[in-house]
Amino acid sequence: MSATLIRNVRRLDPLAGTDSVGDLAFRNGVIVDPAQGAFDEVIDGIGHWLLPGIVDLCARTRDPGATQKGTMRSESNAAFASGITALCLPPDTRPVIDNTAVVIRVNRIAKAAGGAYVYMLGALTKGLEGEALAEISALKSAGCVGVTNGLTPVANALVARRALEYAASLGMTVHVVPLDAALANHGCAHEGAVATRLGLASIPVAAEAVAMRQWISLVEDTGARVHFGRLSSARGVELLAAAKARGLPITADVAAHQLFLTDAALEGFNALAHVIPPLRSADDRTALREAVGSGLIGAICSDHQPHELDAKTNPLPLTEPGISAVETLLPLGLRLVHDGLLSPLALAERLVHGPVQVLGLPGRGLAIGAAADLCLVDPAREWRLDAAGMKSVGRNTPFIGEAFRGRATRVWRG
Amino acid sequence: MSDTLQLTSAGRLRHLLSIEGLSKPLLTEILDTAEQFADHRNSRGKKFPLLHGKTVVNLFFEASTRTRMTFELAAKRLSADVLNLQIAASSTSKGETLLDTLKTMEAMQVDMFVIRHEASGAAHFFAQHAAPEVAILNAGDGRHAHPTQALLDMFTIRRHRPDFSKLTVAIVGDILHSRVARSDIHALRILGAREIRVVGPRTLIPAGIEDMGVTVFNDLDSGLKGADVIMLLRLQKERMVGAFLPSTGEFHRDFGLTRARLAKLPPEVLVMHPGPINRGVEIEGDVAYSERSLILEQVEHGIAVRMAVMAMILGDTGATS
Repeated sequence: MSATLIRNVRRLDPLAGTDSVGDLAFRNGVIVDPAQGAFDEVIDGIGHWLLPGIVDLCARTRDPGATQKGTMRSESNAAFASGITALCLPPDTRPVIDNTAVVIRVNRIAKAAGGAYVYMLGALTKGLEGEALAEISALKSAGCVGVTNGLTPVANALVARRALEYAASLGMTVHVVPLDAALANHGCAHEGAVATRLGLASIPVAAEAVAMRQWISLVEDTGARVHFGRLSSARGVELLAAAKARGLPITADVAAHQLFLTDAALEGFNALAHVIPPLRSADDRTALREAVGSGLIGAICSDHQPHELDAKTNPLPLTEPGISAVETLLPLGLRLVHDGLLSPLALAERLVHGPVQVLGLPGRGLAIGAAADLCLVDPAREWRLDAAGMKSVGRNTPFIGEAFRGRATRVWRG
Repeated sequence: MSDTLQLTSAGRLRHLLSIEGLSKPLLTEILDTAEQFADHRNSRGKKFPLLHGKTVVNLFFEASTRTRMTFELAAKRLSADVLNLQIAASSTSKGETLLDTLKTMEAMQVDMFVIRHEASGAAHFFAQHAAPEVAILNAGDGRHAHPTQALLDMFTIRRHRPDFSKLTVAIVGDILHSRVARSDIHALRILGAREIRVVGPRTLIPAGIEDMGVTVFNDLDSGLKGADVIMLLRLQKERMVGAFLPSTGEFHRDFGLTRARLAKLPPEVLVMHPGPINRGVEIEGDVAYSERSLILEQVEHGIAVRMAVMAMILGDTGATS
C-alpha cells in the first residue's frame, strides 16, 4: 500500500507514442491521476526519464538446471535492478520447458524469486531434439508466450514446416535463432580476417542467411508468425527487409552487444567476446544499427547468458559462449540515444513496445489505470561497470571496466 | 595483444606465443642467436651451461614426436632439466581444468613450459594465467601459431637467400588448418619478403587471409611462377572427411609438387616442408630428399632456433657467446 508521485519527469510512453514532461503518480501498483490524493513519496523527476518497465525478449536465468551460472533469484533481480520488469526465458533449461509440469515449476521458482516477471517460451520440439513436436497447445494453455527451438537445430525442413503449421493453428509465434548448424560447424567466431589470423573455427554469414531463407520460404507457405531472434549480419537485415516488404508476418530482434562490438573484440583471444551468433564485421554492425534506427528491427534484447568463472577460463574455443547482459541492456540502449541513433521515445519502443508486440502481450504505457511497471532513468548519470558491483552471478561481459552514461535509478513492478 | 603479453616493457622476449607482434630487429636477433648455436655445435662441444639449474617442462596436449624431441634436445643442450608430459585431452576432462594443470606444475618450480595444444589461443591462455616468473613457449596452438617452426623456416631460408626483400615465397596446401602457414606469413612479412603467396583449393584457403598481406592463388602453376621458395604444408588425411577435398590423389594431381613440376622451375628454387611429409600427396617422394629440398636442414635448424628462443627468454641474454 503505497502511493508515489514523480514530478516534472520526461514521460516516454511508447504505447501512446508520446514524449512529454509532467507528473506521474501511482498507487498500489496502478497509475493514477497525479492531481488527486496524497502521496507517501514524492520524487523530483527533473532531468529524469520515465518509461514502462523494459521487456527483455531473451534472458537466461540458468534456473532450473545450471544454478552455478545463475539462479532465478540472482538473475531476475539483476534484471529488475537494471530496469527490466519482465523477461522472456527460452526453454533450454534443465529440464527443458517442453511440458506443463516444467512451466508450473519455473513459474513457482520465478514467483518466489521476485525481481522481473518471467515469461516463458516453450520448446518447439520435445526435449529441443528437433524431431517430434512438443505439446504446444498445452504449453500455450500453461502460459507460454511463444515457442522456439533456441540454438538447437530442427531436424529438417519438413519438421520445421509442420511445426510452423501447428504453431500457427494455435496462434503461437515461433521464435527462431537463424543459424544453420551445418554451416556454423561448431565455430566460435565470425568468418573473416580476425578469425583467420587467430586460427579460430569460423561461422560464415551464410549460416544466418541460409537459415533465414529457409524459414522465410516456410512462412510464405504457411503464413505462420516467425520472430527472428539475435540477428547478426547485414545480409540478415536485407532478408528481413525483403520479407517484411512482401508483407510476411515476420519480426526480429538484435542483442544489444551486436550494436557495439565487432569481431575485433576477439583480439588477444578474449573469451568474454565469444558469443553465438558471433560478433561480426563493422559493416554488419552498421547495418544492424541502421535497422534498429529505422525500426526494421523492432526490439533490442540482452541475450543474457550468465556463466560461472570456470566456463570462460579456458582457451577461447573451449569456453562457453554468451555474455552476462541484463545489466548493460538499458545502458547500451542509452548509448544509442547519446549516439543520435534513437530518440528517447524510440528507445522505449525498442525496449518495451517492440518486445510486447512480439510476445503478444497487452500494451505497456503510462496512461492512468495502467499497471505501474515503471523504470526511472537518469540519462546523465556517469558510472563504470565493475565486476564486483554486478548483481548477476555471471560477470562474463566484455563491457567490464567501461564507462556508461545513464542507468535505471528506480524500478517498480505493478 | 600478443605483443604486449609476450614482450617485457623493455621489448625483450618474456614468452614466445606468436610471431605476430615481433619487431624485425628482435626477430633478426633470434635468428642471429640461433646462428651462434648452430655454429658452436659443429666446432666445440654440444652443451652450453646457460640454463643450468632451470627446469623446462614440455607440456604436450597433442601428439608430437619430432617437435617435442627438438625442444627436449634444445633444452638439454642448454643444460636445463627437462620433463616431458604427454597429456591426453581426456585426462583434462576428468575434472581438472587446464588452469589446474598449469598451477599444479607451477608449484613444482618450473621455469618454462613448452606447450602444444589443439585449441587456438591455448598458449595465450597459459601466458595470461602463468605466475610472473614462469615463461611460456608456444609449440603449436590449434590453427593459430607455431612460432618456432616459422623461426626455423626463416633461419633456413636466410642461410640460402639472405635478402628477404628479393624473395617471392609460395606457401602451398592446406592453409586453412595450418598454424605453420600463419606463423610463416607473419615472419616473412616482418622480414620484408617481396611477395607472399598462398596456393590451394578454395576449400583450404581461409576467408580474409589477404589481410595478412598475401596473394591467393587457386592454381599451382601460376602460384609457383616466379617463386624463389616453395613451402609445402602437410595435408592431414582427415581432410577428406567434411568435403574439403575429394581425395589425396586429386590433391596431388593439382597441388602436389612433382619432379615434373619442379623441372619446369629455375634450378635455384628452394623446396621446404615442416614435416612429416606425406609422400605422394603434397610432395613426390624423391623430391623430398633431392638437392633442392631443405627439409632435413629445417629439422636440424629446429634445435638451434629453439635453443636461441629458450636462451633469450630464460637467460635474458642479447648475445650468448
